[in-house]
Amino acid sequence: MATLSSQTRRAPWLFLLPFLAVFATFTLYPLIRAMMLAGQQTFGPGYTKWVGGSNFAALMNDALFWTALKNTVVFTLGSVFVQLPVSLAMAMMLEAKGLRGKGVYRAILFAPSLVGVSFAAVLFALMFEKRTGLVNQGLHGATAWLSLLSGKDLAWSLDFGWLEQHVMAALIVAALWMYAGFNMLFFSAALQNIRQDIKEAATVDGAGPVARFFHVTVPAIRPVAAFVVLLSIIGSFQLFELPYLMLNGGAGPNNRGLTVVMYLYQVGFETGDLGYASAIGWTLTLILLGFTIAQRMTARGEEVAR
Amino acid sequence: MSQASTQTSVSRGSSMQASRRMSLWLTHGVLLAVSVLTVVPFFWLFCGSLKTNEVFLESTFIPRGDGALGFAWNRLTGDNYARLFTDPELDINFGRSLLNSVFYSSVSAVLATLFCAMGGFALAHYRFRGSKLVTALVLAAVIIPGPLLLAPGYQLLHNFGMLDNAMGLILPALAPAFGVFLFRQASISSVPAELLEAARIDGSSEVGLFFRMVLPLVRPMIGTFLMITFLGVWNNFIGPQVVLQSRSLFPLSVAVAELKRGYYAEYGLQMAGTVVSIVPVLFLFLLLQRELVSGLTSGAVKE
Repeated sequence: MATLSSQTRRAPWLFLLPFLAVFATFTLYPLIRAMMLAGQQTFGPGYTKWVGGSNFAALMNDALFWTALKNTVVFTLGSVFVQLPVSLAMAMMLEAKGLRGKGVYRAILFAPSLVGVSFAAVLFALMFEKRTGLVNQGLHGATAWLSLLSGKDLAWSLDFGWLEQHVMAALIVAALWMYAGFNMLFFSAALQNIRQDIKEAATVDGAGPVARFFHVTVPAIRPVAAFVVLLSIIGSFQLFELPYLMLNGGAGPNNRGLTVVMYLYQVGFETGDLGYASAIGWTLTLILLGFTIAQRMTARGEEVAR
Repeated sequence: MSQASTQTSVSRGSSMQASRRMSLWLTHGVLLAVSVLTVVPFFWLFCGSLKTNEVFLESTFIPRGDGALGFAWNRLTGDNYARLFTDPELDINFGRSLLNSVFYSSVSAVLATLFCAMGGFALAHYRFRGSKLVTALVLAAVIIPGPLLLAPGYQLLHNFGMLDNAMGLILPALAPAFGVFLFRQASISSVPAELLEAARIDGSSEVGLFFRMVLPLVRPMIGTFLMITFLGVWNNFIGPQVVLQSRSLFPLSVAVAELKRGYYAEYGLQMAGTVVSIVPVLFLFLLLQRELVSGLTSGAVKE
């Protein structure tokens, strides 16, 4: 019995050892290093100089950082207010009662989220090219009848510069293709959890589809929706590969495609200042922490109110 | 349930049923349209991968001509694929990159899943000093955004001499806090403590307990997590981009980006490279879709 208990006492540490060793080395230790780095100026991995809080002070006056933050916020708004409503609408159609072929639709709509962001970036760089790209060709073809009807050239221009002048719109469209089906899954799971008897009771009480949506569906899926919104914000704020590769390793004309993480990457790995890059990393972390805390507090507030 | 509802709608007359059927047709119409929009980029990519630049500039999908169904099938070619794997002039070894991706993804997925399953089980089923601290650390680490660790991680790998080294890419991916969290939940909900106690009385060792009882019980989560990590490593770009310099070590994500940079005017070649990179995972994961989907959403919906 004594040996058994000593074995049971050691067992959890034995099981945790591989994870903890890697976790401590490659997550916890770098996290502490990130705190120290944020107060340093570096050149490459070797040279460092202590500068205290001046990285953060410089960041607040850094026009490029503000451009990056503005672009990132625009993209995030696009994700939350364009992509998520599309995801919800798709989920509601998918969960319509008596719909056949649900599995096939779901597989198709989900497929793009399996495509890695660097592969999607190569695809969309080609799709958004002037003249040769599918997007301009498709829009041109779909609007050609306008010119035929009016006699003036009203069709979508084949020279529309998605990657030159409208980078953020292009990114929002690309992200819509990539992630709408992924977020749909969460809404779909939430909709499945709504009790059928409540929906039927509402119908019997004479509630139309709009009333049912706002009084039955919305309250029922609210916790999941809040979670999806948070996930979407966190993901959107870390946007990097898509613009970086679509714009050939840069931020595009006038930094129109510069994002916070792209700026972090440029500063840390192209200029070589890992310290300033860490300051950007901490700023990003604090912003996301703010969103997470806000979401938790709203969720808790709602639970209390119930 | 559907039987009961059919009865109610029948009892309420056929006009209700007709409008139900109308709205179902409408739903099919919209879903079909969205599905087409989703698939078209894939189809365009595949068509483009079979074309020379000349044909690419002339046609959007399949070039028209005198062949079967009115298409010029003979203007399509597999040359882009052949070039990817055999052209010695190409400064990217695509076959090598494909193998690298398979290697990095499977090794990381298997080891990360094992480490996380062991850790999650330990946190779920043992009372020991420090268990609360470890659990709290894991939960807190879930919300650390990856980019924050980029700069210090790079410095650390430099100090360890692991830059431009497969180890530098694989090792840091083996301890995702998220995984321990998922397996802790799975162990709590699907491994009964009485079962473990009974096995202990029968003389099973703790390690035997884990491999013979716990792993089979949390199998659904193992499937899901293997897929999540495999996919995550396969699709990861920023990691290998920062860690690796030698072309012979590049995974597909970086190789395709190099292809785009070095051969930006050769559309078909870029498109073939992208097809090779996404088709294997697409097929594999659509086959295993059900397990992946249930695992992904379980954390969010079960509350």
